[in-house]
Amino acid sequence: MATEISDTLVVPSAHAHTGQGLGTGNPADAFVVEPARTRTKRTPRRTRTNFEMLAWLFMRLSGVVLVVLILGHLLINIVLDGGVSKISFAFVAGRWASPFWQGWDLLMLWLAMLHGANGMRTVINDYAEKDSTRLWLKLLLGAATVFTVLLGTLVIFTFDPNI
Amino acid sequence: MPAGTLYRGREGMWSWVAHRVTGVLIFFFLFAHVLDTALVRVSPQAYDSVIQTYKTPLVNLMEYGLTAAILFHALNGLRVVAVDFWAKGPKYQKQMLWSVVGIWVVLLAGAFYPILQHTLRTWFGG
Repeated sequence: MATEISDTLVVPSAHAHTGQGLGTGNPADAFVVEPARTRTKRTPRRTRTNFEMLAWLFMRLSGVVLVVLILGHLLINIVLDGGVSKISFAFVAGRWASPFWQGWDLLMLWLAMLHGANGMRTVINDYAEKDSTRLWLKLLLGAATVFTVLLGTLVIFTFDPNI
Repeated sequence: MPAGTLYRGREGMWSWVAHRVTGVLIFFFLFAHVLDTALVRVSPQAYDSVIQTYKTPLVNLMEYGLTAAILFHALNGLRVVAVDFWAKGPKYQKQMLWSVVGIWVVLLAGAFYPILQHTLRTWFGG
């Protein structure tokens, strides 16, 4: 027994990711699964950016700003001054006559769309199990988000009250 | 309560579920809302006609539902920020959730008449 083990390269668990110590001639090696963190040629040296951390931080920062922007938006449009009754083209023209409210709506559009798109990305990553399904859903999400943000931005900048 | 096989995440899990469901609902509405507002670039008539649907009783009620979803997502989102950035956040997460629910109920009660007044006035006059 002891002589067989002496042929085996014993690797501390901290070095498991190197894959050393595998292939000892033990029949049980056929069932050894390559460690998930084994470095291969395709493994990047290190990730270039902290994208997921920045996304996490963005959700919290944009969320706090959106609470103010959206609750203000709801208050003005559907709570105060008769609620939804007053909304019309003329009402929108009156609001967007002011650069302040144009800026408010522009910031709200961008933050809400990016916050929502990143949330949907998380939901897709959680529930779509097939690689190709995840890819297509995220491409669709990205296309819809870019389209909506650009359309909304164009509308705010090119609004013409005398159309 | 005996431990079962069903995951019972209690307040933390259910607030997470509600945050996710309200977030997805709000996102789909946001798409529709940017598109309907874009009609101001088509013509005043096109915009006003789609805004008429916002004033029907059913859609007016949905606006109240949307407000409920947004208010929960906003208040619970502030709770998430507190849990992540405030040293005592995780300790008080349960109390903060019940505060969120309490403030949510009060604000929704206050918003009931202002938001639904268009429908209420149409039905009951005044």
